[in-house]
Amino acid sequence: MINKKVDSVEEAVKGITDNMTFMLGGFGLSGIPENAIAALVKSKVKGLTCISNNAGVDDFGLGLLLHQHQIKKMVSSYVGENDEFERQMLSGELDVELIPQGTLAERCRAAQAGFPAIYTPAGYGTEVAEGKETREFDGKMYVLEHAFKADFAFVKAWKGDAAGNLIFKGTARNFNPCMAGAAKITVAEVEELVPVGTLDPNQIHIPGIFVQRIFKGAHYEKRIEQRTVRTRE
Amino acid sequence: MLDKTGIAKRIAKEVQDGYYVNLGIGIPTLVANYVREDIEVEFQSENGVLGMGPFPFEGEEDADIINAGKQTITTLPGASFFDSATSFSMIRGQHVDLTILGAMEVAENGDIANWKIPGKMVKGMGGAMDLVASAENIIVAMMHTNRAGASKLLKKCSLPLTGVGCVKKIVTNLAVLEVTDKGFKLLERAPGVTVEDIQKATEGTLIIEGDIPEMNL
Repeated sequence: MINKKVDSVEEAVKGITDNMTFMLGGFGLSGIPENAIAALVKSKVKGLTCISNNAGVDDFGLGLLLHQHQIKKMVSSYVGENDEFERQMLSGELDVELIPQGTLAERCRAAQAGFPAIYTPAGYGTEVAEGKETREFDGKMYVLEHAFKADFAFVKAWKGDAAGNLIFKGTARNFNPCMAGAAKITVAEVEELVPVGTLDPNQIHIPGIFVQRIFKGAHYEKRIEQRTVRTRE
Repeated sequence: MLDKTGIAKRIAKEVQDGYYVNLGIGIPTLVANYVREDIEVEFQSENGVLGMGPFPFEGEEDADIINAGKQTITTLPGASFFDSATSFSMIRGQHVDLTILGAMEVAENGDIANWKIPGKMVKGMGGAMDLVASAENIIVAMMHTNRAGASKLLKKCSLPLTGVGCVKKIVTNLAVLEVTDKGFKLLERAPGVTVEDIQKATEGTLIIEGDIPEMNL
């Protein structure tokens, strides 16, 4: 067993410097690497490019990094939940690249899987495709989209072991498996770090080979963005 | 004239047995409430769930189980969770049978705009561009006119596009229309709405052939 376990979040984020590109898992606030984000906030690294489907809310998730002006550029598919984000974007302080959600996922996966680029029909004929190479296959038009190049991927899983194997829960899975192994260094944080040998190999979602460092998150707030319920009859 | 619930009810009649359906945010989300109970349908949400159920009972919300609108949900027996790449493989690979989404504008050639108002609203396209670029069967759910009373069914979209030539059917508060080579073909009128009302509210080419029946809700 190759040991990937680190004892603290500080050790897990070792090597981060200004102007790096980070991938961060999560959809909305679900499945975000809360502990790594807290460490990035504390580290005060700046000039960051962050690849993440969303940009958090004003006081949680990537919104915390935005408040400290640590992010130079966001690459996301939807950013509608954050006033500070909007303010920085409209004032020109923050560079924002909006791309289709499936393209975001596949550009991560391409980096993980060793493809330099992929063709997708998404965005053809729109401003997303401007300046990009297009090509026809079987009568349909596609846009060439390049694999991301990132320094760190921060992912969050439900359970993991020291070998780096990961299991996700519910829709907190989202972009996390696509980003694991898609950057030079993948840092996984888990709610439960279980002894090696106790996870069933049949049930592993992401094998440890895609993970360089794994740690148990000290605390998870797991904030709900839109609490919707039905009443009991 | 229909309200948003009425639009959802009419669209629900388009959902057939055995369909996998992706519902967008807004009016489309309501469609799930009105699908016939004697058919089997599975709802996909692009953040990574197939077999979506109703909202949870109070106290049973789970931050790890949400839909694409970031609302807490439940799952039904037979449901599955998956990552975002797999989710869009279902969409891009045309495994989803029906896509229902909202729009700000639709053009008579099937172009759709629903993600950006330059200088005003720039929240992003989310999964909409992937959905409209690949889905074979797209129904747009929207009001026929905007708040200022201007038509949303146009000769040409004025807002930045989400996709080109992709919309097949539109259900509004006034009518059901099909996008054809020649323009918007009027299929049905909403209760109490005349063909003239629809004509007045439609900027794009409206094709009216024979008697236009009233919707059966």
